[in-house]
Amino acid sequence: MIHIPDFAHASTVQIVFCFLAFITVITAFLAIFSRNPIHSALYLVICFFTIAGHYLLLNAQFLAIVHIIVYSGAIMILFLFTIMLMNLNKENEVHKPRITRLGAIVSFFLICVVLILVFINSKPIAGEYITTGEDYQSIKVLGRVLLNEYMVPFEFASILLLVAMIGVVLLSKKEKTEK
Amino acid sequence: MTNILNEIGIENYIFLSVILFCIGVFGVLYRRNAIIVFMSIEIMLNAVNLLFVAFSTYHQDAQGQVFVFFSMAVAAAEVAVGLAILVSIFRNLGSIDINNLKNLKG
Repeated sequence: MIHIPDFAHASTVQIVFCFLAFITVITAFLAIFSRNPIHSALYLVICFFTIAGHYLLLNAQFLAIVHIIVYSGAIMILFLFTIMLMNLNKENEVHKPRITRLGAIVSFFLICVVLILVFINSKPIAGEYITTGEDYQSIKVLGRVLLNEYMVPFEFASILLLVAMIGVVLLSKKEKTEK
Repeated sequence: MTNILNEIGIENYIFLSVILFCIGVFGVLYRRNAIIVFMSIEIMLNAVNLLFVAFSTYHQDAQGQVFVFFSMAVAAAEVAVGLAILVSIFRNLGSIDINNLKNLKG
């Protein structure tokens, strides 16, 4: 039922996929488990780079580049700056109570099992992959789709970013002390 | 490289994103540090984006990738606003432990 790659006759693409997937999962776990927030942020950067590698493997070049720029660039720099601003790079965090952590672990496995079973059972509906050789994900095609069919959401995204920028400036400005 | 999904299979991508999503949920439940909780939310968003791209390739349709583009814009805005809120919480309370945020609790 599950298609497991045959490691003896694995092609290069399969080996690359397994390698990338392994690093993605391991670094995601390390990002959650490491005590020092700066280490978590750095592990998360590696995780995002491997996800960009997955995008490249799926031949989505535009998204791979945007993903590296936005996530590994902007968002992680923001995280690191915040961590350094708050002086959080020390490892004195108290753990949650043991019962809560146990509940988190149990619910992790339960969600995993349920979702994987759901997707295994949806396999017959999804069917097999047939390629037509048509170009559908180059930057040219994406730009045409983005600026024709998705013109209005595209403009709304810019408004969203503007509003977020104003909100951030308002939120992080120090309030004047009243006399 | 054109028939990548023939070699790997869509189900492996599905399993990878399911595991990533569950790691994100796990991080939200497990940690007390609000910044790590934010990072877990980022991991969840990325899992969904990966699934979007995989199915966009599967259906040979560009619209999935356009949706990922919008979701990245929303994620960037969300992180900026969230971190600003965290900074102001830190200024007021002196810590970002989410168990300390009980002021609204009666």
